[in-house]
Amino acid sequence: MSGRSRGQTGRRGLHPAAWWAWAGCLAIVASRTTDVLLLLLVVVVAAYVVAARRTDAPWSRSLAVFLKIGLVVIAVRVILEMAFGNRLPGHVLFTLPQVPLPAWARGVSIGGPVTLEALLQAAVEGLRLAVVLVCFGAANSLASPYRLLRCLPAVLYEAGVAITVSLAFVPELVASIGEVRDARRLRGRPVRGLAGVRGLAIPVLERALDRSVQLASSMDARGYGRRPPTLARARRWAAAAVGAGLLAVLAGIYGLLAAGSLPAAGLPLVAVGCVVLASGLIAGSRRRMRTRYRPDPWGMPEWVVVASGLAAVIGVVVAGILDPGSLQMSLSPLRVPALPLVALVGVVLAVLPAWVAPVEMQTRASADVGDVADTSRKQGKPSQQGEQGTSAPSDKPSNENTDTTGPGPRTPPPPRDGIHESERVAATPPAPIGSGAAA
Amino acid sequence: MIEFRNVGFTYDGASMATLEGVDLTVREGELCVVVGPTGSGKTTLLGAVNGLVPHFTGGRMSGEVTVEGRSTREAPPRELADVVGMVGQNPAASFVTDVVEDELAYTMENLGLAPAVMRHRVEDTLDLLGLHDLRSRPLRTLSGGQQQRVAIGAVLTASPRVLVLDEPTSALDPAAAEEVLASLTRLVHDLGLTVLLAEHRLERVLPFADAVVLLPGRGAPVVVGTAAEIMAGSPVAPPLVDLGRLAGWDPLPLSVRDARRLAGPLRDRLADRVPAAQEPASGGAMATFSKVTVRYDRIMALDAVDLAVHPGEVVAVMGRNGSGKSTLLAQLAGIRPPTTGMVRVGGADPVALAPRDLIAAVGLVPQDAGLLVYGTSVADECRAADRDTGLAEGTTAEVLERVLPGLPGDRHPRDLSEGQRLALALAIVLAPAPPLLLLDEPTRGLDYPGKRRLIALLAELASTGHAVIMATHDVELVAQVATRAVVLAEGDVVADGPARDVVCHSPVFAPQVAKVLAPGPWLTVDEVEAALVGGGARG
Repeated sequence: MSGRSRGQTGRRGLHPAAWWAWAGCLAIVASRTTDVLLLLLVVVVAAYVVAARRTDAPWSRSLAVFLKIGLVVIAVRVILEMAFGNRLPGHVLFTLPQVPLPAWARGVSIGGPVTLEALLQAAVEGLRLAVVLVCFGAANSLASPYRLLRCLPAVLYEAGVAITVSLAFVPELVASIGEVRDARRLRGRPVRGLAGVRGLAIPVLERALDRSVQLASSMDARGYGRRPPTLARARRWAAAAVGAGLLAVLAGIYGLLAAGSLPAAGLPLVAVGCVVLASGLIAGSRRRMRTRYRPDPWGMPEWVVVASGLAAVIGVVVAGILDPGSLQMSLSPLRVPALPLVALVGVVLAVLPAWVAPVEMQTRASADVGDVADTSRKQGKPSQQGEQGTSAPSDKPSNENTDTTGPGPRTPPPPRDGIHESERVAATPPAPIGSGAAA
Repeated sequence: MIEFRNVGFTYDGASMATLEGVDLTVREGELCVVVGPTGSGKTTLLGAVNGLVPHFTGGRMSGEVTVEGRSTREAPPRELADVVGMVGQNPAASFVTDVVEDELAYTMENLGLAPAVMRHRVEDTLDLLGLHDLRSRPLRTLSGGQQQRVAIGAVLTASPRVLVLDEPTSALDPAAAEEVLASLTRLVHDLGLTVLLAEHRLERVLPFADAVVLLPGRGAPVVVGTAAEIMAGSPVAPPLVDLGRLAGWDPLPLSVRDARRLAGPLRDRLADRVPAAQEPASGGAMATFSKVTVRYDRIMALDAVDLAVHPGEVVAVMGRNGSGKSTLLAQLAGIRPPTTGMVRVGGADPVALAPRDLIAAVGLVPQDAGLLVYGTSVADECRAADRDTGLAEGTTAEVLERVLPGLPGDRHPRDLSEGQRLALALAIVLAPAPPLLLLDEPTRGLDYPGKRRLIALLAELASTGHAVIMATHDVELVAQVATRAVVLAEGDVVADGPARDVVCHSPVFAPQVAKVLAPGPWLTVDEVEAALVGGGARG
């Protein structure tokens, strides 16, 4: 039955790991070159793919944020160069007043003549860092870090949850600072200066703690950390193994470090301890009964996207082997950067995902409700509650039709027309939402 | 389905038991409403159903709670996740993931269900709660009503037999509240779910309730019965019941439809009378908006709004969630400057005022009242407020005593119930008696007596030349105290006029009394009573 197979392989856009791998490849390319043209090409490629394949989610705007951060990085790098930089000989543009420093600080210089070459070098280095940041921003825009964390192996699940929660915390904290500031003003208390900061810290922390307690209780009530009771024995064994392994490793390290006491026993103890620890961890993660909802499948598009990223890396590496100098910007003598053909082809190949990657599934109806507007409102003022009220159009047959015929392997929304409805009912008992099939 | 046997509970360090000797049975397939004054232990009672109390909160518990035969004594909340679905007071704070669909699946993932089953249940739940259009929306971008429905859906996918909700409609506008309650009724009727919910706005939930649990608080025993039985003797009752008592109807009506059937004679008696007229406000404007536009990013929060508020007016600002109400108040309190246009409070620009001068001109109680309160105890907070505003020692405590008598001074603000915290924030803002008072959702979590005291306070302030602007979803509050109503939609003022004219014939904003006595212009039980007793002004 189609419903069943969909349930297991339903695709919601490209696998997040593929996006992050692709962006990582671009970042590697950027870090290996100072060729301005190549660096700018990487930015163009990243921006083009993001524009073609991003969704309406709030994190899809992170590319713009990272672009701005990149510009700041370049500016800071150039300013630092002007103030403290090592003086590259060349065309002097202007001279800053020099601060005489004592002899012991000979390596440092403040002020002095500023050359075109030095500024260019600083700008190019800043640009390289900025492009790496932009690659990271592109990954963020295409697949939220949260989705990436969903793909972590089961052993690391708890760590993944901790990271997820803390990621969600940052915007929360920023919003909370704004709210508390406003509230202090309403109490007639200073919002600026030292007193203001002190008055902010405690309420903000209090609210953060409140929120984490609420979240913890919600997670507890929703079955987080549940374990099958029949495996209690296995669980105790796993816990004992982890404990014993840790002890053995500690003792072994002590043996290794404290020469003379147990030198011979050191290495074997560490080895045995590691084995016991690992088996305990593996057994412990096996007892977890967690399943995953709609795991992102890894298929042809993912391979192609990763391959296109790798092509860019290979292009740059090959170009570097063919002509080691071609990837570096020549500053003295100053020359227009060459664009090695192999690297160019590689980076251009990295734009493939703009067509190859499936469009992230978005029901047309939800796109209609004006989320963009909604989202921006939400970000602008977190205390506001959505724009549309609750009047999201719930019956839009025309939209659903267009959606099911849409391009790409997106999952059709649950059908509402008669045929599908009956099919669905036939597939499962009509009782309360899929009863019985549990546990 | 749910059984409390002689349950008592005391929080750590508390001198008084929160629950004492509670015996309670909720049968399968019932929608049971828990009512009671602010701070009477409703949230604690609900938490005990799935074991969050005491496993998560700590404290001492006696007696036993069983759900579908399982005792919370042995099973921690996570083991009961497949039996009890718990939706807290603030749904946004309970979200674990970031997208609607993932949130719906989260509980099932923890239960270890097969992927095919999960997918199928998510689709069913999306349809059941009308969330289908929102499936891939980030949770943060949803409106209050949508968030509430997602929170319900998120626990529903685990197909629990019991659903527990704490104030599911108090943050919602009337239309969204109806939507959520309709979903709940459907779950009870179609799927035989057992629902236990706490709610202060009885007028909203009572028509749907099969049983009512009255928690009188302060150690008094719990009363359980049908809605009609409990309402006959309850200290907390919606206006409909009060009207029924006044008119001597039997049985007491619980829905507008029941009441209208009985109300024929009363309508006839009132036909030639009109409610006492309010004096129109006089004097110069206290606060003015001229062509004020506020834009967040690409959203018009307020669109060229013109408004003047005079001394003695109580203005109710209404509109659905996110229609710009809070923005309007934030403008007057000087929190945000307008994008274009001019805001004046008492002739000054509120944004430019120093904090001390600001609170002398305008006081705002924000939607999240806890924001205003960050002292270490109630008494400490009151003293600090006196110092901030240069009032005589004890003024704030006095006002607090008027809003909510008997709040222990040594309590930490974080340990107060939502309603108690609101009362404290109200006292802090009301104490210096600012000429312009702004209230954002001032009745959230407040019980009927608390509301009555608040209304008395507001009426007194208005009569002494203060102006009050309140953003609210509570139509009964508007009916009782507002002299003028402003309705916002999408940042526009779509209605502005005397509260009676605006509210009376609106299908969304009309209070219960107006719905029962339409087409008569009556808003509150008190008005009707005064007209019947005093003869009223002949029309």
